Amino acid sequence: MIETTKRSHVSAGRPGWANEMSALLDAYQQAGGDPSTLQLPDVATLVVSANQVLASHEIPGIHFVSEPLEHGVKARISVEPETRIPRPVHLCFGLIPAEGIQEILAEYEIGQGAQVEFLAHCSFPNAVNVQHLMQAHIHIGHNASMSYTEQHYHGQTGGAVVRPHAEVIVDDGGRFTSTFGLTHGRVGLLELDYLVDAAESAVVEFTTKVYGTGDDQIKVQEVVRLNGAQARGLARTRVAVRDTAISQVYTTMEGNAPGARGHMDCTEIVRDQAHAHNEPCVVVRDDQAQVTHEAAIGTVNRKELETLLARGLSEDEAVDLIIRGLIR
Amino acid sequence: MTSPLLQIENLNLTRGDRQILKDVNLTVYPGQVHSLLGLNGSGKSSLAYTLMGCDGYKPDSGRILFDGVDLTILSITERAKLGMTLAWQEPARFEGIPIGKYVDLGLNQPNRERVIAALNAVSLPANLYGYRPVDQSLSGGERKRVELAAVYAMRPRLAILDEPDSGIDVLTLGDIAMIIRRLAVEGCSVLLITHRDEMAELADAASLMCAGTVLFTGTPLEAKRYFTTRCMPHLETLGAQPWDMTQPEVKAALASDGRVRSADV
Repeated sequence: MIETTKRSHVSAGRPGWANEMSALLDAYQQAGGDPSTLQLPDVATLVVSANQVLASHEIPGIHFVSEPLEHGVKARISVEPETRIPRPVHLCFGLIPAEGIQEILAEYEIGQGAQVEFLAHCSFPNAVNVQHLMQAHIHIGHNASMSYTEQHYHGQTGGAVVRPHAEVIVDDGGRFTSTFGLTHGRVGLLELDYLVDAAESAVVEFTTKVYGTGDDQIKVQEVVRLNGAQARGLARTRVAVRDTAISQVYTTMEGNAPGARGHMDCTEIVRDQAHAHNEPCVVVRDDQAQVTHEAAIGTVNRKELETLLARGLSEDEAVDLIIRGLIR
Repeated sequence: MTSPLLQIENLNLTRGDRQILKDVNLTVYPGQVHSLLGLNGSGKSSLAYTLMGCDGYKPDSGRILFDGVDLTILSITERAKLGMTLAWQEPARFEGIPIGKYVDLGLNQPNRERVIAALNAVSLPANLYGYRPVDQSLSGGERKRVELAAVYAMRPRLAILDEPDSGIDVLTLGDIAMIIRRLAVEGCSVLLITHRDEMAELADAASLMCAGTVLFTGTPLEAKRYFTTRCMPHLETLGAQPWDMTQPEVKAALASDGRVRSADV
């Protein structure tokens, strides 16, 4: 088990690992990240390549405990109660080789009243036969807030299998904000599966953005259970599919208590021979709860398209701009 | 004599089983602001969409000449590349596209200074609005101002503005009037669809549309007088537009203004 309280580059003195760190940071940069951020003393970071922790740096109030598995890492990340982590915590996962498995078993414990923002970058730039499996258990304490943004960078080979699964419990007054983006490179196969239980006055907000091309397959399942009075939930899904890519989006929002309010908002753009399937599921178990949903699935909106054509863009340029905007 | 920039000849458009435009003739000269007036449903917006080549607005017959080139079979992009553009009455909204980038789209080369100037001209300071998306977070009035800024930055040869003044507060109306005049001063022609007298009076010429056809062309004042004296009396008997042009009373009313051939009646 590795437990760190200061920046420790496990790769120090081992050139092979150093190369891997460098390659991972290159991929991180291609995904839009700034590698220099990871060196800042007031920024907590955890960098994992395959089953090795290449860098781990804590700052006061946040703790990482990690343990290697055969194909990955088991990590426990905890934030002390009533602590506000001032700058985003950077988590960098990835696998540089063309083949391999990376399994992340993560446990997040956000103490009551704490506030923290995570930026997770997942890079698989050469994936031909790569699996990235994440199983997360997240507990957000009373009046605590956790924001989790996960950005993927995949290469153009389409050989990644990504299965991020999370079970989240948000205590009363807590807030969980999740943003998942897989819009750079080929998706490969994505099976995202999130389940959130929200207590009284808790707030849950999901944003999922995916761009599938080639024969990519996308499956998004999100379930938000608004179990406490006055709990709030919003699930926004933005998916674009081209070529022969397939998208399936299943979103469930349950209003199970008085004053619970939920909304689901899904927009999917379909081009070429791709296809999209969307099933919003609304469940209301209390006569003072309300859940709404809206969805627009299909081709690019004609008026949006013609507006851009009237500025002189070609149809391909206009469609690309609309899609890039949607998943931005 | 100056050659027309836009010349519409005997344009007819049918959508479904309804004739929307009937023998429309209209001429716009370079640098001219030409207002297009008429009641709701008279065919003004349909004419704008037909000129721009929008989906579902392919004319049955007639010609649209732009600087002598027949546009009728050209795509929207090709028309835009020739220098024509359209600002919709209810502009589309775009998730994730920043206003600054949107305004820059119609320019041949990115031009930051021109984008900033265009946004300032419609009272949307670039430092406050440049990075905001062109999405639902903008009010209706803000969105219309963004559209006008995009057209102004583009400096088209012909800007078709479909009611740029609707849903706009009184203070902003002055900005819009200023932009329209600036476009004209810089040599751009404007076909301005409007219901407001004060906007129509900005124009060098005005045409009055009724039941899908152009009834009258003259100065804005003449067009207004024509409407008041010749059209108003028929409104009480015919009711609101769009009128069914196959009905005898509509034909008779239009014939009384000399715009429908007697053979049609």
